[in-house]
Amino acid sequence: MSEILTKSRARNVFYGGSIFFVVVFVALTVQSHYYITNKSTAGMELTDEVVLGKHVWERHSCINCHTLHGEGAYFAPELGNVMTRWGAMDDPELAYEILDGWMKAQPSGIEGRRQMPYFEITDEEMRGLAEFLRWADQTDTQNWPPNDAG
Amino acid sequence: MKYQSQKVAYAYFLVAMGLFAIQVMGGLLAGWVYISPNTLSVLVPFNVIRMIHTNALIVWLLLGFFGAAYYLVPEESEREIFSVKLAYLQLIILVVGTLGAVGSYLIGIHGGREFLEQPLWVKLGILVAAVIFLVNISLTVLAGKKTAITNILLMGLWLLSLLWIFAFINPDNLSLDKMYWWFVVHLWVEATWELVMAAILGFLMLKLTGVDREVIEKWLYVIVATALFSGILGTGHHFFWIGTPSYWQWVGSIFSTFEVVPFFAMMSFAFIMVWKGRRNHPNKAALLWSLGASTVAFFGAGVWGFLHTLHGVNYYTHGTQITAAHGHLSFYGAYVALNLAMFTYAMPVLRNRAPYNQVLNMVSFWLMTGGMAFMTFTLTFAGTIQTHMQRIVGDYYMDVQDQLGLFYIMRFGSGVAVVLGALLFIYSMLVVRREVVKPGPIAQPGE
Repeated sequence: MSEILTKSRARNVFYGGSIFFVVVFVALTVQSHYYITNKSTAGMELTDEVVLGKHVWERHSCINCHTLHGEGAYFAPELGNVMTRWGAMDDPELAYEILDGWMKAQPSGIEGRRQMPYFEITDEEMRGLAEFLRWADQTDTQNWPPNDAG
Repeated sequence: MKYQSQKVAYAYFLVAMGLFAIQVMGGLLAGWVYISPNTLSVLVPFNVIRMIHTNALIVWLLLGFFGAAYYLVPEESEREIFSVKLAYLQLIILVVGTLGAVGSYLIGIHGGREFLEQPLWVKLGILVAAVIFLVNISLTVLAGKKTAITNILLMGLWLLSLLWIFAFINPDNLSLDKMYWWFVVHLWVEATWELVMAAILGFLMLKLTGVDREVIEKWLYVIVATALFSGILGTGHHFFWIGTPSYWQWVGSIFSTFEVVPFFAMMSFAFIMVWKGRRNHPNKAALLWSLGASTVAFFGAGVWGFLHTLHGVNYYTHGTQITAAHGHLSFYGAYVALNLAMFTYAMPVLRNRAPYNQVLNMVSFWLMTGGMAFMTFTLTFAGTIQTHMQRIVGDYYMDVQDQLGLFYIMRFGSGVAVVLGALLFIYSMLVVRREVVKPGPIAQPGE
C-alpha cells in the first residue's frame, strides 16, 4: 500500500475529492432553495404578519425549550404541527385565540410541572406568532411528524 | 517550550477551562430542572440555562482550538508567532464577547436561532477575532516550514471561520433559515472541526509516540479525506423533515452512514501509532486522553450517530432524547476530550515543569468518561421509550415525559460525576504541585 498511496497522492485525493463534493453539495442546495420557496412552503403566503411572528419566536428563544420540525431543545412539545393538534390550522382567528389564552395562562406555577415563562407580547405580535405557527405547519415536511402528538 | 510565543496558548487554555467549568455547571443545573421544574423558573428559565450551557461549550472548545494552534504552529513551522500582541487582542475580544453574551442572556436579550443566540455585536466580535487569528497564524505558517499538520489545521480553521458568515444570514422563510443554519452547525462539527481534530490528534501522536512524521501525515490526509467526502453530503441527514426535497433522505442516509469512517480511522490511527511508537513519553495522562478521545468520538459521533441517521429510523426518533444522547457523547468524545488531551500535554510544558498530578488527571478522565457514558445510556433508554410512546402509540408529549422521570434522575446523577471529574481535571492542571501517587520502580523485562 505504501508505494501506491504516497503522501502527496493522499493529499491530492483529499483536495480533489473535497472540491468535487462541495460542487455537488452547492448544486443540490441551490435546487433545494428553489424547491423550498416554490413548492414545500408555497401553500401559504409569507406575509409581514408571519415574518413578525418569526421575530417574536426568535426574540423569546422558544427554540431552547421547544422543537420546531424536530429541531431545538427537547424540554417542551413540538410546535411544527401545534396548529393541527389544536384543530386551528384553517382558522386564523381560532389559532390566535387559543394561543393567546395559553400564553397568558403561563406560568402555571403547578409544583413539579415544567414551567413556561410569561412573555410580554402585544396583541399584534401574538397574531403574528399564531400566523407563523400556522405557516410552519403548512410546510411540506415529508409527512413528519408521524402523528399529531408531534 | 521551544518558542517563547507558544506561551500565548497558556492564557487561551486558562480561559477555556474557566468556561468549561461554567458549561458543566450550567448543564448540571439544566439536568436538575428536569427533576425539579420549578427551580429558578421565573428568574432564569430553562431556555436561558440551556443557552449558557451550549454557548459556553462552543466558545471554550474554539478557545481550545485557537490555543492549540498557537501552541503547535510555532513548533511545526519552526518560528515564533507573527504577533503575540494580536493573539492576546484576539483573546480579549473573545472574552469580552463571551461575558457580554452571557450577561445579555441573563437579562433576556438574545437571538432565537439555536446555538447562534449571540447578540449581533458579539457575532461581529467573533468575526473580527477570527480574522485576527487567521491573519496571525497564516502569516506564521507562510513564513515557516509547511507540514501536513499545519496545512490541515489551517484549512479547518479557515473554512470554519468562513462558514461563520452564515450566522449572519437569517432568511424570513423558516425552511430556508433552517437549511442555511446547518451550514454553520453541521459543517462545523461534522466537517471542518474534524479537520482541526485530526490535525491536533496527529500532532499529539507525533509528540507522544515518536512515530515517523511521514507515516502520520499520510494517515492524516486519508482521515480528513474520508471526513469531508462523507461529511459534506452527510449534511443531508438534517434535510429530511424541514421542507427540503425528498432526495435528501437517500443522499443523507448514505453519506452520513459513511461519517462513521473518519472516526473509526482516527481511533485506529491513534492505537496503531501508539503500538508502533517506540517512545516512552512520561506524560501518560495525555496519552490516555488522546486514546480516550478518539475512542469515545467513535462511539459518540460514529456509533450513536449511525443509530438514528437512516431516514427510516430518524422518521421516528427525530427530536427525541435519542438526539440528546448522541449530542452529549459525540461532543464529549470528539471535541471535549481532545481539547483536554491537548491541555494535558501542553500545560506542563507551558508551565515549564514535569507532568505531575497524572494520577488525579487520569481519575478525572474515568470520572468524566464514565459519567458521560452513563448519561448517554440513560438518555438513549429514555429516548427509546419516548419514541415508542409518542411516535408509534401517539401519546402526548407531556404525558410521555411524565413517564421518564427515573431516567432524568439517573441522568442528573451521571451529571454530578461529570462535574466532579471536570473540577478534578482543572484542579490537577492548576493546583497540584507534586505527584500524588508515587510511580513504582522501573520494571525489569519479564522472563
